[in-house]
Amino acid sequence: MASTQVANRHETPTPAPAKPQAERPRRHWVKPVLLWTAVVFIFIFCLFPFYWLINVSLKTGGALSEADLIPPNPSLDNYQSVFENSDFTDALRNSVIITTVTTVLALVVGSFAAYALARLRFSMKFLILAVILSISTFPPIAIAAPIFKLWTDIGLYNTYPGLIIPYLTFALPLCIYILVTFFKQIPKELEEAALVDGATHFQAFRKVVLPLAAPGLVTAGLLTAFFVWNEFLLAVTLTSSPSAYTVPVVVANFTGASDFEVPLGTISAASVVITIPLVALVIIFQRRIVAGMTAGAVKG
Amino acid sequence: MEAATARISRRQERRRYGSGERRLAALMLSPAMVVIALVAAYPIGYAIWLSLNEYSVRVPGLSRFAGFKNYSEALGSSEFWDAVVTTFLFTGISVSLEFLVGLGMALAMHEAFRGRALLRTVVLVPWAVLTVVSAITWRTIFEPNLGLATQVLSTLGLPGADVVWLGESGYAMAVMVLADVWKTAPFMALLLLAGLQVIPDDVYDAAKVDGAGTWQRFRAITLPLLVPAILVALIFRTLDALRIFDLPFVLTRGSNGTTTLSLLAHQELTTNRLIGLGSALSVLTFVIVMTVSFIYIRTVGGNIRDLAKDD
Repeated sequence: MASTQVANRHETPTPAPAKPQAERPRRHWVKPVLLWTAVVFIFIFCLFPFYWLINVSLKTGGALSEADLIPPNPSLDNYQSVFENSDFTDALRNSVIITTVTTVLALVVGSFAAYALARLRFSMKFLILAVILSISTFPPIAIAAPIFKLWTDIGLYNTYPGLIIPYLTFALPLCIYILVTFFKQIPKELEEAALVDGATHFQAFRKVVLPLAAPGLVTAGLLTAFFVWNEFLLAVTLTSSPSAYTVPVVVANFTGASDFEVPLGTISAASVVITIPLVALVIIFQRRIVAGMTAGAVKG
Repeated sequence: MEAATARISRRQERRRYGSGERRLAALMLSPAMVVIALVAAYPIGYAIWLSLNEYSVRVPGLSRFAGFKNYSEALGSSEFWDAVVTTFLFTGISVSLEFLVGLGMALAMHEAFRGRALLRTVVLVPWAVLTVVSAITWRTIFEPNLGLATQVLSTLGLPGADVVWLGESGYAMAVMVLADVWKTAPFMALLLLAGLQVIPDDVYDAAKVDGAGTWQRFRAITLPLLVPAILVALIFRTLDALRIFDLPFVLTRGSNGTTTLSLLAHQELTTNRLIGLGSALSVLTFVIVMTVSFIYIRTVGGNIRDLAKDD
């Protein structure tokens, strides 16, 4: 869909509104030309690699050793074989469950903490926020070995909770930071009115703030879900069988099957399948996601 | 002086709002804090402990205290220093390129033209692609059998058409950088765009009246005012790049000069089962990343203070 729009856009380039620069009329064309060259380049740069992957996923047999930009005999065989592969469908199920549970838990626990930080009065807020933010920069490799040992000892190795718990730790800082930013933007008067009417702080949070912060919850939820779906290091360290493998692990391991014949078509199809939901979410929730990415990062 | 007043007023506030509010705050914060402490603080401590012991290869679970032996082994090995060089080289090159590409994208997205909304959506596509899939995508582009890279390079008359890119050091690093720039330049662009959007228009209008050209306006107004956003974006990306693991894992499994610090530690821990050495490498990686993280927290300190302020 996006690519047809791109094509249309190229056919009817509208020059940027000309700036009144009476002193130098001869340079009027420079800026639009530069701009449109840049725009075309950005479109190709951003979309072509993923298009190439889709293209490869539709190729079979001999076409897989040709560099055609359009598959000569497009077929969905690779997709069929991907969905017939139980390792892959198991991983899809695992990833959906782990992502959903982590996201819901992160939102519940995170919104509590964020409300306290945004609205309640107590000391050491700066320290708590700084610690939370620094946790989000932890290299996962640093906790991989100890958690591996710990999980092996208490039986959480290669289980859903074994992944959900560390994911929660890495997702919470992100969630809390985004939600504090959103909660702070909600006018305080609304809550104060509720408090005057006899509501407790917790009721004010649940009945007034949470509904108003719905866009913030969507943003935080989306970014958490993206993080969990994407995570690789912990997933590859803390799982050992298809009962707990997540999609990145299975797709990355498709390669290891044979050193001599890489099943390019199948790998590409699997990659496309696990990426399409994210691309769809990005297109639908573009504004929300950008708001989350830039929350708190830029002053102003 | 200012701090003293703040302290007094805070004390007054505490008296005014009583302990009920603080108790609720503690209650609401504790679940998050417990999870974070349990899975971040405790394992780091445990990792340091693991790194100070040596482990029997023959009897699982048998270990004895070894002091800094693992660290001296790590710091004395060429693998560690190779990984340091690889990680920093990768970080330096890819973050610089991401900055340049991201700045270009941000400037284009900041212009008013039809299709700007579409451009902003398109830019998010690479960001939405999983890192593992990004690695697979670029591996497929440089796959010699399919020959896309070969064909493009020879058509354009560029060198490298007869090279198996992922099979040679230098070239493998280039693919890794390319995959990273593709996936993360859009993120950089959106951070910089957010920075561009807070620069007021009248500053430009004033400069235009004074006869400043486009380039002069960019040099004298845009860049200086963008510095805070640039700093945050650069540090943020540096932190990510220093931790890179998925890309080299999928692209090359660390061959041909692409073993980064995280990958090396992971290999010692899982493939070679050297828990002591692997933990020491993990802790060293942790120290390097957290040093940069400290700079990051210092840089965004103003933002954190704004959030921490009671209003």
